[in-house]
Amino acid sequence: MDTLILSRIQFGANISFHILFPTITIALGWALLFFKLRFNATRDESWMDLYRFWVKVFALSFGMGVVSGITMSFQFGTNWPGFMEAVGNVAGPLLAYEVLTAFFLEAAFLGIMLFGWRRVPDWVHTTATVLVAFGTTLSAFWILVLNSWMHTPAGYELRDGVVYATDWWAIIFNPSMPYRLAHVLLASGLTVAFLIAGLSAFRWLIGDRAAAVRKGLTFGMWLGAILIPIQILAGDMHGLNTLEHQPAKVAAMEGNWETRGNVPLLLFAIPDEEARTNHFEIGIPSMASVILKHSPSGVVPGLNDFVAEDGTPMHPPVAPVFWSFRVMVATGMAMLAVSWFTVWSMRRGRGVEALPKVVLLVLVAMTFSGWLATLAGWYTTEIGRQPWLVTGVLTTAQAVADVPAGMVLSTLLGYLGIYAILTLAYVGVLFHLARKAAKGELLPERPKSAAAIAVVTPAE
Amino acid sequence: MLDHLALTFADPGLYLPFVFAGLMGVAILIYVVFDGFDLGVGLLTPLATGAEKDRMIASIGPFWDANETWLVLAVGILLVAFPSAHGAILTALYLPVAMMLTGLILRGVSFELRAKAPAAQKRLWNGAFFLGSLMASLSQGYMLGMYIMGLDSTPFHIAFACLTAVFLTVGYSFIGAAWLILKTEGALQWKAIGWARGGIWGLVLGMGAISAASPLVSDRIWSKWFSFPELLWLAPLPILSGLLLVLLWRSLYALPRTDDRGAMAPFAYGTALFTLAFLGLAYSFYPFVVPEKLTIYEAASAPESLWIILIGTLIVLPMILAYTALAYWVFRGKATDLKYY
Repeated sequence: MDTLILSRIQFGANISFHILFPTITIALGWALLFFKLRFNATRDESWMDLYRFWVKVFALSFGMGVVSGITMSFQFGTNWPGFMEAVGNVAGPLLAYEVLTAFFLEAAFLGIMLFGWRRVPDWVHTTATVLVAFGTTLSAFWILVLNSWMHTPAGYELRDGVVYATDWWAIIFNPSMPYRLAHVLLASGLTVAFLIAGLSAFRWLIGDRAAAVRKGLTFGMWLGAILIPIQILAGDMHGLNTLEHQPAKVAAMEGNWETRGNVPLLLFAIPDEEARTNHFEIGIPSMASVILKHSPSGVVPGLNDFVAEDGTPMHPPVAPVFWSFRVMVATGMAMLAVSWFTVWSMRRGRGVEALPKVVLLVLVAMTFSGWLATLAGWYTTEIGRQPWLVTGVLTTAQAVADVPAGMVLSTLLGYLGIYAILTLAYVGVLFHLARKAAKGELLPERPKSAAAIAVVTPAE
Repeated sequence: MLDHLALTFADPGLYLPFVFAGLMGVAILIYVVFDGFDLGVGLLTPLATGAEKDRMIASIGPFWDANETWLVLAVGILLVAFPSAHGAILTALYLPVAMMLTGLILRGVSFELRAKAPAAQKRLWNGAFFLGSLMASLSQGYMLGMYIMGLDSTPFHIAFACLTAVFLTVGYSFIGAAWLILKTEGALQWKAIGWARGGIWGLVLGMGAISAASPLVSDRIWSKWFSFPELLWLAPLPILSGLLLVLLWRSLYALPRTDDRGAMAPFAYGTALFTLAFLGLAYSFYPFVVPEKLTIYEAASAPESLWIILIGTLIVLPMILAYTALAYWVFRGKATDLKYY
């Protein structure tokens, strides 16, 4: 393997690991605010129990997001110097605004949000929670502006191969930005919905009947049931936007080789780039044309349109895009079925008690389904941008650093090892915290004796 | 030098790179002092008992996320204002950067996991917390040494960089100990005073080695310091440093006091020393951002883009400083156990 592919795998590994945590903290910050406001309105202690449990998950996820994010800012220089040299005039200010307006806001108020409860008036604590949640969302906004600009660049001119900004409004509100931002924020909401419901279902299954568990499960499933249809709609609109601006990506997602009408929606196929065809196709006739062009005879672009004169493909690798798209859609459909069935069962019967055990088991299995869908979606859109790093401006190969392949391989293996261990540790700790909470070990906050206060529990 | 500065401020294409180099310097300095003390606390944890470890980590708990953000800002300014320098420096420092990042990841994660994972794993995560702090400190010191040596990997340069790696690590332990003197009391404060007294030697040797080495490897730096009249108006820098060391020494031997007066002094003097050392380095290397190869004026982005960032920075930086100050004020006084409620 050469430096280019190793560097791409390394960047992919870093950003995949990183995105796991922001995708939780973005929506979890707002969920925590909701719990706190419910408590302030109702004085029902179980809302506070819910807050106390999930603020720990928030702290852990935030810390992991910060440290894995630092890696990202160095990767640009260590592995992709050509990126900033070519498009630094656009990417630079966007990254700078992310650090200045979002990172410091969230990091500075996080301390007060986590540990400041008894040190500041309640309204200051609530404000800190709002600012942290706002900061995480703002951070997502800036980074998605830059990411969208790389997919659908606008508002710039090229002089000697270097991009110069001409219209910041057009750069920020570039064609794919609103769709991508909506799609990612909704994905964060769904990730948190299934995370909260999944861990609550786990606590219920091991016998925890606390009101906070009931509230968590109900909250998660309602949130999921409300967001998933909106997400499917947003995803569809994002797809149509991609068709307009990056037709090669859509052709790869659909596994469609020739530009034609009556394109089937493939449920299964093995794309073969050598033979430029699919094997073992199973599809619904004309359905892709209906989805993309709203007519069975609608003409959908094919991959063979994106081949250079000398035969070099100028479209993304087909199989990874084709398959990750299907994994994302399948996960989304499972989310729709499970959340609607669960909410329907709870409404029909008497809340959580009415849920069959198998539903609870499915919810536990789907605790991290948001991660799966998010990663699959990222791979679809990011691999789908290849061979471009910035569409039509800069190819990935042009930007890569001239670092020996062996060096990249050694750091790549190091990162992969650490990421695997830490992801396992993270998942393990979440279930460990749930088990502890189920045993009532996380509730020393209603002190019964002086001894209880003296227990040393730093940063629990 | 002064003529040169006056000229600089007449032309926006020239003063913008200067301003951004200044901003980057401020961000690096704040990072070195702030994350320096929390890395230092991590380095000192093996010397403490279990309960003391908890208290030490509690003293940095509300701050470390924000402290590390200064590193992102510093490397961010390098990235956005001097993109070609960012590439040149970071590809030259590829392996130490990877080691630092690995260290920072280990550290940040263990910080959370040592308290949240099953109790049986606590020793493991304590170890990872120390190891992460050590990897981050050593690699930052190594990068500093390589940078001073002009980013060329000769055996002599690598040996020098290994030396600065050790010195910076001891320096961080010192500022960490000074932070603990400020934030703790009783037996732990006693211990921290001892650690700070031990760490001072690293500070002296490290600053001495860097001050001696950087003029020796570069004629340009030599002539910037040892020619007339520069020698005269630069003289306060070493004199002040010497004075601060004496004050620091005295303050450490006056502690602890029952009324806890002077507990802030070691940290304040230490910060002042770090600042002076940093100013000296900045003076040596100006106007180069990649030593002897690329000046800040050659490496700077287009002025239009720098303007956009500068406007935002001028509005936002005071706010950042204000809420950073707020966070330190809310958690002022001796560290207590961290509780989420």
